[in-house]
Amino acid sequence: MRFWLGVSLLGTLVAGALTAPLLGQDSAAPDLFNRYAAPSSEHWLGTDDLGRDLLTRLLEGARVSLAVGIATALAASIIGTAAGLLAAWRGGVVDALLMRLADGMLALPALPLLVVLAAVDPSVVGLPRGQAASDMIRIVGILTLFGWVGVARLARAAALSVLARDHVRAARALGVTEARLLMRHVLPALAVPVSVATALAVAGAILAESTLSFLGLGIAPPNPSWGNMLANAQELVFSAPMAAVWPGLAILMAVAGCTLIADGVRAR
Amino acid sequence: MARTVIAGRLLQIAIVLGLLSFASYALIGLMPGDPIELAIAGDPRLGPEDAARMRALHGLDRPLLARYGAWATGVLHGEFGYSRLFAVPAASVLWPALWSTLLLLGCALAIAAAGGIALGVLAAARPRSGPWVDAVAVLGQAMPSFWLGILLIILFAVTLGWLPAGGSADDGLGLRFLVLPVATLAVANIAAYARHTAAAMRVALSEPWVRTARAKGASGPRVLWRHVFPNAAVPVLTIAALDAGALVSGAVVTETVFARPGMGKLIYDAIMGNDYNLALLALLLVALVTMLATLAADVAQRVIDPRISA
Repeated sequence: MRFWLGVSLLGTLVAGALTAPLLGQDSAAPDLFNRYAAPSSEHWLGTDDLGRDLLTRLLEGARVSLAVGIATALAASIIGTAAGLLAAWRGGVVDALLMRLADGMLALPALPLLVVLAAVDPSVVGLPRGQAASDMIRIVGILTLFGWVGVARLARAAALSVLARDHVRAARALGVTEARLLMRHVLPALAVPVSVATALAVAGAILAESTLSFLGLGIAPPNPSWGNMLANAQELVFSAPMAAVWPGLAILMAVAGCTLIADGVRAR
Repeated sequence: MARTVIAGRLLQIAIVLGLLSFASYALIGLMPGDPIELAIAGDPRLGPEDAARMRALHGLDRPLLARYGAWATGVLHGEFGYSRLFAVPAASVLWPALWSTLLLLGCALAIAAAGGIALGVLAAARPRSGPWVDAVAVLGQAMPSFWLGILLIILFAVTLGWLPAGGSADDGLGLRFLVLPVATLAVANIAAYARHTAAAMRVALSEPWVRTARAKGASGPRVLWRHVFPNAAVPVLTIAALDAGALVSGAVVTETVFARPGMGKLIYDAIMGNDYNLALLALLLVALVTMLATLAADVAQRVIDPRISA
């Protein structure tokens, strides 16, 4: 039940993000004669301080947030699974180094570090400044630096328990190569823990992206994202308080949706 | 807990701080706003040869490792250098900000722990209330704390006008300024405590000694608080230790929303204002405090539960 509730929350957002162009509004075009418009048949959620349609911006923000969340979670899962598998399989110094690194990263407060990382000039790594796509790549990269840790710990724990089982030892005794052993016997056993960790990573990445964008270090305006829409809305609390409600509600839906999906997969 | 374990953990903290300081020091070189370039841009009489002379004067032409070594030696000797943004010694900005953040964190943590534990015990002791507490916990964990902060500002500062929307008092604790930030941070963390308390209480309630205590005629509340709760408290402390970083991260955002001068806002302002010395020091201080808090929660956990060893 939780699983399907989560799927329907996320599905609503994805459907909205995909159908945004059908509304026929331009999210970037200002309409200065129509600022702070109340909800109407033309602007379903009203307009912001530049007269831009709030619903369209909200749904375009959904594309950014969901894309960043899913891309980060996938990258973090691949790196995390590989690291966890390597640590469990090799053991010894490799295991100790990887896990001490993970412990150290978990012990640190993530957000101050993200703020520092986000301030690094993107042109150093060859990304053009001020474009939505390069902002997104930058954010995904930074968030992946932290995201792999949680996946790696879960993957390592699951891999260790599989590697100690009799059928794996039997397969080794039969002369199965290590690569085939890992692919055929260990990796499938990681499917559930890794998918739970991935769903939670999507939630974490969406929250982190919106926080960074809120602080002005993520997706830069005028490209809409839920975080920078909220930052804009905070300046307008006297003139358009409802503008602060919708982006937050969207973040809440997306994060709760991912958490519920993770809970549902774990309970199965 | 054995002294050697604590010593080992302190060593680990020192290593993490060392690595973090070097990584951040190197990263700062990659941020926009080179001080020499800013000085050149600000004065048309300065040319490239002046820039080279200034770089040599400040040691900026030396290799990264040498610069880092000089900086780290200074910091270890208590020389924190100056803040460019505030034009005062960095230390005189850091300590008031740390105090302000610790005050915010302490109040929020106390309220979140008390409220979360109460909700969690309720969920475990009254199974019918369980789904509601779970739902509140999922919502609370999914709610971005900066959004909650804005909503509270709209309700209590803009609409009702009861409390200030942000800022801080010039002297004293400034309770009026503390209410909304503490509420924001506390609500964001109540959910995690409620969830973990409920889970730990459910495990403890199913233990055989609970049945034994009931069979001996102990009253319901006595079983709950005397027998079950102390056993459930340990996993909750584990979570508290693990969540120290998340709590500090929450404080960073909350301080920014409410324009509250603390470590979070200091790091943010320092980065935005190209005050990299201050940003580096503040980041390291926050990391140190977080790791020490985690260690303290670990020690407390071992004191409560002698079964945990090593």
